[in-house]
Amino acid sequence: MNAPSRVAARRLDLANGRVDLTYGAGGRAMQQLIDEVFRPAFDNPILARGDDHGVFHVSAGRMAMSTDSFVISPLFFPGGNIGSLAVHGSINDVAMSGARVLYLSAGFIIEEGFPLGDLARIAHAMGTAARAAGVAIVAGDTKVVERGKADGLFINTTGLGIVPPGIEISGDRARPGDLVLISGSMGDHGVAIMAHRAGLEYETTLESDSAALNSLVATMVDAVPGIRVLRDPTRGGLAAALNEICNQSDVGMLLDEAAVPVNPDVLGACELLGLDPLNVANEGKLIAIAPAAEAGRLLGRMRGHPLGCNAAVIGEVTADPSRFVRMATRIGGERIVDWLAGEQLPRIC
Amino acid sequence: MKHLDEYRDGDTARRVAAAIHREADPDRRYRLMEFCGGHTHTIFRYGIEDLLPANVEMVHGPGCPVCVLPIGRLDMAIRMARRDGVILASYGDMLRVPGSKGQSLMKAKAEGADVRMVYSTMDAMRLAETSTGRQVIFFAIGFETTTPPTALAIEAASSKGLTNFSVFCNHVLTPPALGAVLGGPATGDADVVAIDGVVGPAHVSVVIGSRPYEAFVAQYRKPVAISGFEPVDVLQSILMLVRQLNEGRAEVENQYIRAVTRDGNGRARQAMARVFEVRPAFEWRGLGSIPYSALRIRDVFAAFDAERRFEEPYVAAEGVKSCECPAILRGAKKPTDCKLFGHACTPETPLGSCMVSSEGACAAYYTYGRMREPAA
Repeated sequence: MNAPSRVAARRLDLANGRVDLTYGAGGRAMQQLIDEVFRPAFDNPILARGDDHGVFHVSAGRMAMSTDSFVISPLFFPGGNIGSLAVHGSINDVAMSGARVLYLSAGFIIEEGFPLGDLARIAHAMGTAARAAGVAIVAGDTKVVERGKADGLFINTTGLGIVPPGIEISGDRARPGDLVLISGSMGDHGVAIMAHRAGLEYETTLESDSAALNSLVATMVDAVPGIRVLRDPTRGGLAAALNEICNQSDVGMLLDEAAVPVNPDVLGACELLGLDPLNVANEGKLIAIAPAAEAGRLLGRMRGHPLGCNAAVIGEVTADPSRFVRMATRIGGERIVDWLAGEQLPRIC
Repeated sequence: MKHLDEYRDGDTARRVAAAIHREADPDRRYRLMEFCGGHTHTIFRYGIEDLLPANVEMVHGPGCPVCVLPIGRLDMAIRMARRDGVILASYGDMLRVPGSKGQSLMKAKAEGADVRMVYSTMDAMRLAETSTGRQVIFFAIGFETTTPPTALAIEAASSKGLTNFSVFCNHVLTPPALGAVLGGPATGDADVVAIDGVVGPAHVSVVIGSRPYEAFVAQYRKPVAISGFEPVDVLQSILMLVRQLNEGRAEVENQYIRAVTRDGNGRARQAMARVFEVRPAFEWRGLGSIPYSALRIRDVFAAFDAERRFEEPYVAAEGVKSCECPAILRGAKKPTDCKLFGHACTPETPLGSCMVSSEGACAAYYTYGRMREPAA
């Protein structure tokens, strides 16, 4: 982001104005957009220097980095918007290494005609989310594309953090006998979005669970430095995340369906939409895998944090060359918890 | 959802399962067909077979609308979708079903055809209202459950005078298909499985009632228990069938009394009767041509009949060789009897219709039950 300009004769019309192609052309209009929308929203000393890069001090050791692009519809949903989601998403991906998350970058691809007021609301939500998580947005980029070349607004964020010494968290470290924990109820984000899309808002008071998990991770790592795996079950839900871990670690799992918390409203909407809450995205929950001897302490610490108050042990890691995630069902049968094939589709019959 | 919890309760399920164990005669086999794909899904989703004695076997029936649609009809939809100025609106499940020559609606869409996924017939009709200058065709499939909404959408389109909306009608009827399964080989094949009793449809029966099954029970002397879609429903229905068979009875019993009456839903049936009439015969995948087994749009609504408007002919087509979907739909084979199952044919790369829909036996078996297969 370039140096502050003070070149504009009039302030942007955030009530009725729309983004046009000049806002991405590198001229005064773009500078004004940065000065009036992004800079105040993200305000921090590194960004305020106005360079094309953010410069910061780092300690010796290991860094963690992750990037994610957000192309969601609708852009505003109960419990958040694309901006807060983009901040939480990259913070969480970095935090799942056990890292202390420090910095974010944000790239915007804006469709010509996008309302300036919406852009300002989204930028404001990003700034608020980042500050609440103790993370600074220190670099950014803005592009405007012709109408029809993007769907309103796409955001990419990249996160950077420092992994504390002695922490070794990775998807390939699950071992038979370890316990599997989750930090709360499954499916809230995806069902809130799908219910919103399907026009079921009147049926539910569902909200996305979108949240930054870095402070929860910090307290967990502090209590149990020997945590083996952390993962946030986003797209594909719990089912996809656990299958990924089983493949990485060459293990299986056995879950207890009755132990997996699912909000009754989410369950109800899943019935109407023909979905399985275990395949539905979460944006403020994590999976933790830890040695059985340390799981009790970990669970206690998770439950003591506002984002983990419904944490639960949901199963254990098993030795299984087929790498199946199995689940003892509520009625005493057994089934596989599989990846979802294709898109999530409603049932017909 | 309190109402549902009762029918998913572990203790209740275990109690009913214990009764099945106690009452099933160890000296005989009980081969029970669940007609509906919805029941197949429940059976695998909850691992119901783990709770049954070995001599109570579930045979998976043809009640999966996506699975029984013959490839020739899917090919017709693909050809319609490829026409200029047409938007084909479909339930999502149909998009991935393989047609002939490696075609599918999904591939047609990637190649430029305008195929949209909708949740209901009304969504398709609204799409027509906002797509002036384009013809919107709704690809209607399903048993009696999805037929009344199609009827209402056609009536609504008619009263609005919509000229760019039509329905490619593939609605089929449950009782003739059940007759084909119970009565033996409509296809002329000798491999129709012997079934001792039938777990009868849930949602279909809400519409048609329990009365239509009475004729079958009288004719074929096989008990039917109409069942809800929850795991405790299914277990209770299995227990009802075991008891009927033990006592030598063959009756229509209704486990799903919270939703199904003897006469069904009169308003839904009247809507169907106003808009549709029975076809003399219809081709089913796996079951062959069954007389009076499907519906077409009445002449008075001919303007909304895509088959007539676009004059698209039906051409019979074969599926992938060695795909066992036809035998699986008759209950004659299990998914694991198919050489393609789990290797060439998976939910990601389906070769047959039973691997696509979540109500298909192969998809349910693969997604939820493949740990029962010995490791390869």
